[in-house]
Amino acid sequence: MSEFVSMGGYGGYVWSAIAIFLVTLALEAAAPLLKRRRVLRELRGRLRRARKSNEENT
Amino acid sequence: MNPLVLWFHKLGSPPYFYRFAGRLLPWFWGAALAGLAIGLYGGLVLAPADYQQSDAFRIIYVHVPSAWMSLFIYAFMAVNGFIALVWRIKLSETLAMAAAPIGAAFTFICLATGSIWGKPMWGTWWTWDARLTSELVLLFLYLGVLGLHQAIEDRRQAARAAAFLALIGIVNLPIVHFSVNWWNTLHQGDTVKLFGPSLIDSRMLWPLLVMAVATKFLFAASLLSRARVDLLELESGKDWARQIALAEERA
Repeated sequence: MSEFVSMGGYGGYVWSAIAIFLVTLALEAAAPLLKRRRVLRELRGRLRRARKSNEENT
Repeated sequence: MNPLVLWFHKLGSPPYFYRFAGRLLPWFWGAALAGLAIGLYGGLVLAPADYQQSDAFRIIYVHVPSAWMSLFIYAFMAVNGFIALVWRIKLSETLAMAAAPIGAAFTFICLATGSIWGKPMWGTWWTWDARLTSELVLLFLYLGVLGLHQAIEDRRQAARAAAFLALIGIVNLPIVHFSVNWWNTLHQGDTVKLFGPSLIDSRMLWPLLVMAVATKFLFAASLLSRARVDLLELESGKDWARQIALAEERA
């Protein structure tokens, strides 16, 4: 097991490369999920405001 | 009209695409995650160590698939940009712009992992070698497309301007690919060949090919997920987008 972690002495290089790959892609995949929440929240806010001004006018 | 052409027209409609992409997404994410798990297990555990580079060569399993994706996604972005400019298809604009951040992420990974690989093997983190420099230019092209898209107020005009920049940048793709043949580079030539036998043992090759397929699925999944949100934002005045926003509130 420690042999697997040490990667023949190149462990620091190999594991940091793998970590950069996984972390960058995880952030990249999370970005649209966060944006989706923001877009839907804004859209609902706009709908609520439109409904309110409609009620005030009638 | 022929049913395939008809379906293609339907796919161009944002609400239809939104639903269609939503059905595909779980399968694409599943295939991507399974592929990454198998590919990394094969590359880090099953593949034998290299006779020259020992275990340091295992960086290939994240570096090379990312490099392939950086070129593949750029070509995808430019083709969609071309379609957006010529036929003004809204979906193509959205797909081209959704591809840019994913391509930038893969290009960044390629440069960063290459640098980490270069230190123990070449003795330097960076060198102004033709392959490395042209890949860095590719990153700047992606960032330029993203920046231009952000800088223009009108979303559709912004997408078309950025698509035009993406099209011009396509001259860089053959430069990246052939740089190792055209110039005398520190970066090695192609190990995996599309035509003719690859210069790598099959026990080392298969995890690399699995990673190449897995990153394609990852790109497809992320692309569809980004395009869905972008269409929702672009069409937020339309009824279908409102219905989705209200349906999610109730859920």
